[in-house]
Amino acid sequence: MTMIDVKNLKKSFGKLEVLKDITVEIKEKEVVCVIGASGSGKSTFLRCLNRLEDITDGHVIIDGQDITANDANINIIRQEVGMVFQQFNLFPHKTVIENIILAPMKARGITKDEATKTARELLAKVGLAEKADSYPGSLSGGQKQRVAIARALAMNPKVMLFDEPTSALDPEMVGDVLEVMKQLAKEGMTMVVVTHEMGFAREVSDRVLFIDEGLIAEQNVPDELFNNPQNERTQAFLSKVL
Amino acid sequence: MDVIIDALPYLWEGLKVTVYIFVIAIILGFIIGLIMALLRLSPIKILNWIAKIFIDAIRGTPILVQLFFIYFGLNALEFISLDRETAGIITVAVNAGAYFAEIIRAGIQSMDKGQTEAARSLGLTSTQNMRYIILPQAFRRMLPTFTNQAIISLKDTSLLSVIGIADLTQQGQIAIAATFKAFEIWLVVGVMYFIMIYLLSLLSSFLERRFELR
Ligand SMILES: Nc1ncnc2c1ncn2[C@@H]1O[C@H](COP(=O)(O)OP(=O)(O)OP(=O)(O)O)[C@@H](O)[C@H]1O
Ligand SMILES: [Mg+2]
Repeated sequence: MTMIDVKNLKKSFGKLEVLKDITVEIKEKEVVCVIGASGSGKSTFLRCLNRLEDITDGHVIIDGQDITANDANINIIRQEVGMVFQQFNLFPHKTVIENIILAPMKARGITKDEATKTARELLAKVGLAEKADSYPGSLSGGQKQRVAIARALAMNPKVMLFDEPTSALDPEMVGDVLEVMKQLAKEGMTMVVVTHEMGFAREVSDRVLFIDEGLIAEQNVPDELFNNPQNERTQAFLSKVL
Repeated sequence: MDVIIDALPYLWEGLKVTVYIFVIAIILGFIIGLIMALLRLSPIKILNWIAKIFIDAIRGTPILVQLFFIYFGLNALEFISLDRETAGIITVAVNAGAYFAEIIRAGIQSMDKGQTEAARSLGLTSTQNMRYIILPQAFRRMLPTFTNQAIISLKDTSLLSVIGIADLTQQGQIAIAATFKAFEIWLVVGVMYFIMIYLLSLLSSFLERRFELR
């Protein structure tokens, strides 16, 4: 079953055409990694999938719902699409548990008790049960990112988007976060991950998209894409990062 | 000393009026400021313009002229009749509102965009984002600037004596008319204003510590 269906997606910032024509289908439970040079449009692509960026042209259909349609209720759609950011973006004035329960309570209308119960389970899952009442400011980067993942999961989304979730972390923190993401992938979450972690892409993803100059220049299963890239630009990019 | 004791009942009445006008005006001013700041940031052009014109008009004219405009100018219209205190409260509220609006707008705009993006990506509406994420953080940061404006507005209330409001300044004049001791009375009036302002800054630093950003 198709979970994310992107048809002829185009995105410009004023005169700058960032995404030129992207068409891709992502199946339920699929884990797709997106790689490419800086400025190639990876983040923009990801942000179009939950309409954090307004789409210039084309369609994005999430679980059968066209999020680009005029009558689409974007707030409802976003509840189904979790997002994790490079800079974590935790709410600094709220405790860890408050960060997690806010959206389930306000957007989904779940009671505080129920939301808190789920939040504690999720915190345990990301290995941070004892941090429930801490403020984000007292956490390490890796801990913040795991809280951010728990916060997104608390909405029980159908899809999770990750934009370079480990790029802002000290090297020794990266492993913990990737471990959580691997676990999530194993449980069958549909995931789109923009990453520079080629090891993660190789090991966990079902498919890798190489974005270049606003187009998907090449896509394949990770083994093929990394060991036997067909496109010259892919070869050049991989020779630089591997 | 006797002079001061004789004058105190007058000054006490005036102090009560000043505090009363200040408290109501600052609360109204804050509400006006919040509304104007949100209009100023609204994507709807016309609302934007209304807020901008309001803010520029108030910030670009002296408060005394605003007071005369509201008390004498508006009252010259047949269908409006404002008593002194109402006109005084409106003047201070509207004046503070324009400055609050700019403070709040700047505070909201200085917030990291990632906060809004995280909130919206969780499915919170833009109103919920403002209410639960942006404003609580922005207000904490703005507290010192709010206090500054509150202090200015408190001082501004002394201008209201010119339209005959019996505030602390006006009562000071009355006390002098009764006692002929200008030096002592103005000294005491000054000390009273100073104490009020000192208490305001104490309140502000208390709130700042209470809501310290973590
Ligand atoms: N809000 C914006 N306004 C104008 N230009 C933008 C905006 N956001 C991104 N761009 C431009 O779009 C292009 C693609 O940006 P994007 O952030 O998608 O790249 P990226 O592939 O994620 O790069 P990186 O690896 O550095 O994160 C860049 O040239 C960037 O400057
Ligand atoms: Mg990026």
